[in-house]
Amino acid sequence: MATPNTPLWEVFIRSRNGLAHKHVGSLHASDTTMALQAARDLYTRRGEGLSIWVVPSSAITASDPSEKGMMFEPAESKIYRHPTFYEVPDEVGHM
Amino acid sequence: MAIASITVSETPLVLYTLRRADDALILGHRLSEWCGHAPMLEEDMALANMGLDLLGQARELYSYAARVEGKGNDEDKFAYLRDVRQYRNLLLLEQPNGDFARTMVRQFFYSAFADLYWRAMMKSADATLAAIAAKSEKESAYHLRHSSEWIVRLGDGTEQSHARAQTAIDHLWAFTGEMFEVDASERALIDAGVAVAPASLRPQWLKTVAGVVGEATLALPKSDWMQQGGREGRHSEHLGHLLSELQSMPRTFPGAVW
Repeated sequence: MATPNTPLWEVFIRSRNGLAHKHVGSLHASDTTMALQAARDLYTRRGEGLSIWVVPSSAITASDPSEKGMMFEPAESKIYRHPTFYEVPDEVGHM
Repeated sequence: MAIASITVSETPLVLYTLRRADDALILGHRLSEWCGHAPMLEEDMALANMGLDLLGQARELYSYAARVEGKGNDEDKFAYLRDVRQYRNLLLLEQPNGDFARTMVRQFFYSAFADLYWRAMMKSADATLAAIAAKSEKESAYHLRHSSEWIVRLGDGTEQSHARAQTAIDHLWAFTGEMFEVDASERALIDAGVAVAPASLRPQWLKTVAGVVGEATLALPKSDWMQQGGREGRHSEHLGHLLSELQSMPRTFPGAVW
Protein backbone atom coordinates (compact mmCIF):
# COMPACT_ATOMS: atom_id res chain seq x y z
CA MET A 1 0.00 0.00 0.00
CA ALA A 2 1.40 3.39 -0.94
CA THR A 3 1.31 5.74 2.04
CA PRO A 4 3.24 8.89 1.08
CA ASN A 5 2.20 10.75 4.27
CA THR A 6 3.01 7.87 6.58
CA PRO A 7 6.11 6.06 5.35
CA LEU A 8 7.37 2.79 6.76
CA TRP A 9 9.74 2.63 9.75
CA GLU A 10 11.71 -0.27 11.20
CA VAL A 11 11.62 -0.65 14.98
CA PHE A 12 14.49 -1.86 17.17
CA ILE A 13 14.06 -2.52 20.89
CA ARG A 14 16.72 -3.04 23.53
CA SER A 15 15.18 -5.18 26.22
CA ARG A 16 17.87 -4.83 28.90
CA ASN A 17 21.02 -2.91 29.62
CA GLY A 18 23.99 -4.61 28.04
CA LEU A 19 22.01 -6.20 25.23
CA ALA A 20 21.88 -4.96 21.65
CA HIS A 21 18.84 -3.37 20.03
CA LYS A 22 16.90 -6.06 18.18
CA HIS A 23 14.61 -5.67 15.22
CA VAL A 24 11.01 -6.29 16.34
CA GLY A 25 8.88 -5.12 13.43
CA SER A 26 7.76 -2.13 11.45
CA LEU A 27 5.07 0.54 11.44
CA HIS A 28 3.70 3.52 9.54
CA ALA A 29 4.15 7.05 10.89
CA SER A 30 4.34 10.59 9.57
CA ASP A 31 7.71 11.52 11.10
CA THR A 32 10.36 10.52 13.65
CA THR A 33 8.41 11.73 16.70
CA MET A 34 5.23 9.91 15.79
CA ALA A 35 7.20 6.82 14.76
CA LEU A 36 8.83 6.69 18.19
CA GLN A 37 5.48 7.07 19.95
CA ALA A 38 3.84 4.43 17.76
CA ALA A 39 6.76 2.09 18.43
CA ARG A 40 6.26 2.59 22.15
CA ASP A 41 2.53 1.90 21.83
CA LEU A 42 2.87 -1.10 19.51
CA TYR A 43 5.99 -2.87 20.70
CA THR A 44 6.52 -2.13 24.40
CA ARG A 45 3.03 -2.86 25.75
CA ARG A 46 4.25 -5.82 27.78
CA GLY A 47 7.38 -4.26 29.22
CA GLU A 48 9.60 -5.43 26.37
CA GLY A 49 12.01 -2.58 26.30
CA LEU A 50 14.19 0.10 27.84
CA SER A 51 15.20 1.79 24.62
CA ILE A 52 13.73 2.17 21.14
CA TRP A 53 15.29 3.00 17.79
CA VAL A 54 13.20 3.81 14.75
CA VAL A 55 14.82 3.89 11.33
CA PRO A 56 13.20 4.83 8.02
CA SER A 57 12.82 1.57 6.11
CA SER A 58 14.06 3.40 3.04
CA ALA A 59 17.42 3.91 4.78
CA ILE A 60 18.06 0.18 4.89
CA THR A 61 20.04 -1.48 2.12
CA ALA A 62 19.18 -5.15 1.96
CA SER A 63 20.91 -8.10 0.37
CA ASP A 64 19.23 -9.59 -2.68
CA PRO A 65 17.42 -12.87 -1.87
CA SER A 66 18.25 -14.22 -5.33
CA GLU A 67 21.96 -13.95 -4.47
CA LYS A 68 21.79 -15.97 -1.31
CA GLY A 69 23.75 -18.83 -2.84
CA MET A 70 26.69 -16.61 -3.64
CA MET A 71 26.35 -14.61 -0.44
CA PHE A 72 25.88 -17.24 2.22
CA GLU A 73 26.57 -20.78 1.04
CA PRO A 74 30.38 -20.43 0.97
CA ALA A 75 30.31 -20.03 4.79
CA GLU A 76 28.40 -23.24 5.39
CA SER A 77 31.31 -25.59 4.76
CA LYS A 78 33.72 -23.76 7.05
CA ILE A 79 32.86 -25.19 10.42
CA TYR A 80 36.36 -24.34 11.71
CA ARG A 81 35.18 -20.74 11.98
CA HIS A 82 32.86 -21.67 14.81
CA PRO A 83 34.63 -21.20 18.15
CA THR A 84 33.33 -24.47 19.54
CA PHE A 85 36.68 -25.73 20.85
CA TYR A 86 36.95 -23.59 23.97
CA GLU A 87 34.61 -22.76 26.81
CA VAL A 88 33.35 -19.26 27.52
CA PRO A 89 33.89 -18.36 31.20
CA ASP A 90 30.63 -17.54 33.02
CA GLU A 91 31.98 -14.10 33.96
CA VAL A 92 31.88 -13.03 30.32
CA GLY A 93 28.10 -13.00 30.37
CA HIS A 94 26.41 -12.16 27.09
CA MET A 95 28.53 -12.60 24.00
CA MET B 1 -32.98 -2.11 33.79
CA ALA B 2 -33.17 -5.41 35.59
CA ILE B 3 -31.18 -4.48 38.67
CA ALA B 4 -31.42 -1.51 40.99
CA SER B 5 -28.72 1.11 41.44
CA ILE B 6 -26.68 1.21 44.63
CA THR B 7 -26.73 4.06 47.10
CA VAL B 8 -23.45 5.75 47.94
CA SER B 9 -22.57 7.48 51.20
CA GLU B 10 -20.83 10.47 49.68
CA THR B 11 -18.57 11.70 52.44
CA PRO B 12 -16.16 14.35 51.14
CA LEU B 13 -13.31 11.87 50.56
CA VAL B 14 -15.57 9.28 48.93
CA LEU B 15 -17.09 11.91 46.67
CA TYR B 16 -13.70 13.37 45.80
CA THR B 17 -12.29 9.97 44.90
CA LEU B 18 -15.37 8.96 42.93
CA ARG B 19 -15.21 12.15 40.88
CA ARG B 20 -11.67 11.34 39.75
CA ALA B 21 -12.53 7.68 39.23
CA ASP B 22 -15.49 8.65 37.05
CA ASP B 23 -13.27 10.98 35.03
CA ALA B 24 -10.90 8.12 34.28
CA LEU B 25 -13.61 5.54 33.54
CA ILE B 26 -15.69 7.74 31.26
CA LEU B 27 -12.76 9.02 29.20
CA GLY B 28 -11.30 5.52 29.10
CA HIS B 29 -14.62 4.17 27.82
CA ARG B 30 -14.79 6.88 25.15
CA LEU B 31 -11.31 5.91 23.96
CA SER B 32 -12.31 2.25 23.89
CA GLU B 33 -15.05 3.18 21.39
CA TRP B 34 -12.26 3.90 18.88
CA CYS B 35 -11.03 0.32 19.04
CA GLY B 36 -11.06 -0.97 15.49
CA HIS B 37 -12.15 2.41 14.08
CA ALA B 38 -9.07 4.64 14.32
CA PRO B 39 -7.64 6.29 11.20
CA MET B 40 -4.65 3.94 11.22
CA LEU B 41 -3.65 0.77 13.03
CA GLU B 42 -0.86 2.50 14.96
CA GLU B 43 -3.28 5.08 16.35
CA ASP B 44 -5.85 2.41 17.11
CA MET B 45 -3.33 0.88 19.49
CA ALA B 46 -2.32 4.25 20.92
CA LEU B 47 -5.94 5.14 21.76
CA ALA B 48 -6.59 1.73 23.29
CA ASN B 49 -3.39 2.05 25.35
CA MET B 50 -4.50 5.38 26.74
CA GLY B 51 -7.93 3.94 27.45
CA LEU B 52 -6.40 1.07 29.38
CA ASP B 53 -4.21 3.47 31.39
CA LEU B 54 -7.34 5.35 32.38
CA LEU B 55 -9.27 2.18 33.16
CA GLY B 56 -6.43 1.17 35.49
CA GLN B 57 -6.60 4.54 37.23
CA ALA B 58 -10.37 4.21 37.58
CA ARG B 59 -10.08 0.77 39.15
CA GLU B 60 -7.61 1.93 41.79
CA LEU B 61 -9.68 5.00 42.61
CA TYR B 62 -12.96 3.05 42.81
CA SER B 63 -11.35 0.43 45.03
CA TYR B 64 -10.05 3.13 47.31
CA ALA B 65 -13.45 4.87 47.41
CA ALA B 66 -15.01 1.52 48.36
CA ARG B 67 -12.52 1.05 51.20
CA VAL B 68 -13.09 4.57 52.50
CA GLU B 69 -16.86 4.24 52.25
CA GLY B 70 -16.87 0.83 53.92
CA LYS B 71 -20.44 -0.03 52.94
CA GLY B 72 -19.81 -3.15 50.92
CA ASN B 73 -19.58 -1.43 47.55
CA ASP B 74 -16.71 -2.27 45.23
CA GLU B 75 -15.19 -1.08 41.97
CA ASP B 76 -17.71 -3.02 39.85
CA LYS B 77 -20.70 -1.72 41.76
CA PHE B 78 -19.48 1.86 41.43
CA ALA B 79 -18.95 1.45 37.71
CA TYR B 80 -21.96 -0.66 36.80
CA LEU B 81 -24.66 0.10 39.33
CA ARG B 82 -24.88 3.85 39.56
CA ASP B 83 -27.22 5.74 37.27
CA VAL B 84 -26.36 8.83 35.29
CA ARG B 85 -27.21 11.29 38.10
CA GLN B 86 -24.81 9.47 40.42
CA TYR B 87 -21.86 9.89 38.06
CA ARG B 88 -19.56 12.78 38.95
CA ASN B 89 -17.23 13.06 35.97
CA LEU B 90 -16.35 16.24 34.10
CA LEU B 91 -18.73 17.03 31.24
CA LEU B 92 -15.72 17.37 28.95
CA LEU B 93 -14.92 13.69 29.21
CA GLU B 94 -18.38 12.35 28.33
CA GLN B 95 -18.56 14.37 25.12
CA PRO B 96 -18.79 12.07 22.09
CA ASN B 97 -15.66 11.17 20.18
CA GLY B 98 -16.76 13.05 17.07
CA ASP B 99 -13.99 13.01 14.52
CA PHE B 100 -10.35 12.25 15.33
CA ALA B 101 -9.59 15.93 15.90
CA ARG B 102 -12.32 16.24 18.52
CA THR B 103 -11.10 13.14 20.34
CA MET B 104 -7.56 14.49 20.37
CA VAL B 105 -8.53 17.97 21.52
CA ARG B 106 -10.61 16.48 24.35
CA GLN B 107 -7.63 14.31 25.31
CA PHE B 108 -5.26 17.23 25.09
CA PHE B 109 -7.36 19.59 27.25
CA TYR B 110 -7.78 16.89 29.89
CA SER B 111 -4.26 15.46 29.82
CA ALA B 112 -2.71 18.91 30.11
CA PHE B 113 -4.70 19.20 33.33
CA ALA B 114 -4.24 15.62 34.55
CA ASP B 115 -0.49 15.81 34.12
CA LEU B 116 -0.29 18.81 36.44
CA TYR B 117 -2.96 17.47 38.77
CA TRP B 118 -1.40 14.07 39.40
CA ARG B 119 2.05 15.56 39.79
CA ALA B 120 0.68 17.89 42.49
CA MET B 121 -1.30 15.05 44.10
CA MET B 122 1.90 13.07 44.65
CA LYS B 123 2.31 15.32 47.68
CA SER B 124 -1.20 14.57 49.01
CA ALA B 125 -1.52 13.98 52.74
CA ASP B 126 -3.55 10.89 51.80
CA ALA B 127 -0.96 8.16 51.19
CA THR B 128 -3.20 6.08 48.89
CA LEU B 129 -4.11 9.02 46.68
CA ALA B 130 -0.44 10.02 46.59
CA ALA B 131 0.50 6.51 45.44
CA ILE B 132 -2.20 6.47 42.75
CA ALA B 133 -0.97 9.89 41.67
CA ALA B 134 2.61 8.67 41.30
CA LYS B 135 1.49 5.94 38.91
CA SER B 136 -1.04 8.07 37.04
CA GLU B 137 1.35 10.97 36.54
CA LYS B 138 3.61 8.99 34.21
CA GLU B 139 0.62 7.83 32.19
CA SER B 140 -0.87 11.31 31.94
CA ALA B 141 2.49 12.77 30.94
CA TYR B 142 2.56 10.41 27.97
CA HIS B 143 -1.08 11.14 27.06
CA LEU B 144 -0.23 14.83 27.05
CA ARG B 145 2.80 14.31 24.86
CA HIS B 146 0.93 12.13 22.40
CA SER B 147 -2.12 14.40 22.13
CA SER B 148 0.08 17.52 21.90
CA GLU B 149 1.97 16.09 18.95
CA TRP B 150 -1.32 15.34 17.20
CA ILE B 151 -2.73 18.83 17.87
CA VAL B 152 0.35 20.35 16.23
CA ARG B 153 0.12 18.01 13.24
CA LEU B 154 -3.62 18.49 12.77
CA GLY B 155 -3.48 22.26 13.17
CA ASP B 156 -0.39 22.70 11.05
CA GLY B 157 -1.40 19.97 8.60
CA THR B 158 -3.87 20.30 5.75
CA GLU B 159 -6.65 22.81 5.32
CA GLN B 160 -9.15 20.18 6.36
CA SER B 161 -7.27 18.96 9.44
CA HIS B 162 -6.74 22.56 10.54
CA ALA B 163 -10.45 23.34 10.20
CA ARG B 164 -11.47 20.19 12.08
CA ALA B 165 -9.02 20.87 14.91
CA GLN B 166 -10.19 24.48 15.25
CA THR B 167 -13.84 23.38 15.26
CA ALA B 168 -13.04 20.87 18.01
CA ILE B 169 -11.30 23.52 20.13
CA ASP B 170 -14.20 25.94 19.70
CA HIS B 171 -16.70 23.23 20.60
CA LEU B 172 -14.93 21.85 23.67
CA TRP B 173 -13.52 25.05 25.15
CA ALA B 174 -16.61 25.75 27.27
CA PHE B 175 -16.13 22.41 29.04
CA THR B 176 -12.62 23.20 30.29
CA GLY B 177 -13.60 25.54 33.14
CA GLU B 178 -15.14 22.72 35.15
CA MET B 179 -11.70 21.19 35.74
CA PHE B 180 -10.77 24.12 37.95
CA GLU B 181 -13.95 24.35 40.01
CA VAL B 182 -14.16 23.55 43.70
CA ASP B 183 -17.18 23.09 45.95
CA ALA B 184 -17.45 23.22 49.75
CA SER B 185 -16.72 19.51 50.26
CA GLU B 186 -13.52 19.76 48.22
CA ARG B 187 -12.48 22.97 49.93
CA ALA B 188 -12.20 21.10 53.24
CA LEU B 189 -10.00 18.43 51.63
CA ILE B 190 -7.80 21.09 50.07
CA ASP B 191 -7.38 22.78 53.45
CA ALA B 192 -6.43 19.41 54.95
CA GLY B 193 -3.74 18.87 52.30
CA VAL B 194 -5.51 15.82 50.89
CA ALA B 195 -6.52 17.53 47.66
CA VAL B 196 -4.84 20.18 45.54
CA ALA B 197 -6.50 23.48 44.68
CA PRO B 198 -7.14 23.11 40.94
CA ALA B 199 -7.21 26.87 40.46
CA SER B 200 -3.51 26.91 41.34
CA LEU B 201 -2.88 24.68 38.29
CA ARG B 202 -4.75 26.87 35.85
CA PRO B 203 -1.96 29.33 34.89
CA GLN B 204 0.39 26.49 33.96
CA TRP B 205 -2.43 24.61 32.18
CA LEU B 206 -3.24 27.68 30.14
CA LYS B 207 0.43 28.18 29.30
CA THR B 208 0.79 24.59 28.10
CA VAL B 209 -2.45 24.67 26.12
CA ALA B 210 -1.81 28.07 24.57
CA GLY B 211 1.74 27.04 23.65
CA VAL B 212 0.69 23.91 21.77
CA VAL B 213 -2.35 25.56 20.17
CA GLY B 214 -0.14 28.43 19.02
CA GLU B 215 2.46 26.08 17.59
CA ALA B 216 -0.38 24.33 15.77
CA THR B 217 -1.37 27.67 14.17
CA LEU B 218 -4.74 27.31 15.91
CA ALA B 219 -6.45 29.77 18.25
CA LEU B 220 -8.15 29.55 21.63
CA PRO B 221 -11.65 31.05 21.81
CA LYS B 222 -12.03 34.44 23.46
CA SER B 223 -15.16 33.36 25.32
CA ASP B 224 -14.79 32.60 29.02
CA TRP B 225 -18.34 31.32 29.55
CA MET B 226 -17.98 27.86 31.01
CA GLN B 227 -20.34 24.91 31.22
CA GLN B 228 -20.69 23.07 34.53
CA GLY B 229 -22.73 20.41 36.33
CA GLY B 230 -20.90 17.13 35.90
CA ARG B 231 -19.41 17.17 39.39
CA GLU B 232 -22.97 17.39 40.82
CA GLY B 233 -24.39 14.74 38.51
CA ARG B 234 -26.03 17.09 36.01
CA HIS B 235 -24.81 15.69 32.74
CA SER B 236 -25.19 16.20 29.03
CA GLU B 237 -27.54 13.84 27.19
CA HIS B 238 -24.52 11.82 26.04
CA LEU B 239 -23.62 10.17 29.33
CA GLY B 240 -26.85 8.17 29.62
CA HIS B 241 -26.23 6.53 26.25
CA LEU B 242 -22.64 5.78 27.21
CA LEU B 243 -23.70 4.17 30.50
CA SER B 244 -26.45 2.12 28.90
CA GLU B 245 -23.78 0.44 26.81
CA LEU B 246 -21.18 0.26 29.58
CA GLN B 247 -23.67 -1.20 32.07
CA SER B 248 -25.88 -3.36 29.87
CA MET B 249 -24.29 -6.70 30.71
CA PRO B 250 -24.12 -6.45 34.52
CA ARG B 251 -27.56 -4.83 34.63
CA THR B 252 -29.12 -7.59 32.52
CA PHE B 253 -27.22 -10.52 33.99
CA PRO B 254 -26.38 -9.54 37.60
CA GLY B 255 -23.32 -11.28 38.94
CA ALA B 256 -22.48 -12.91 35.61
CA VAL B 257 -18.92 -14.24 35.38
CA TRP B 258 -16.84 -15.86 32.68
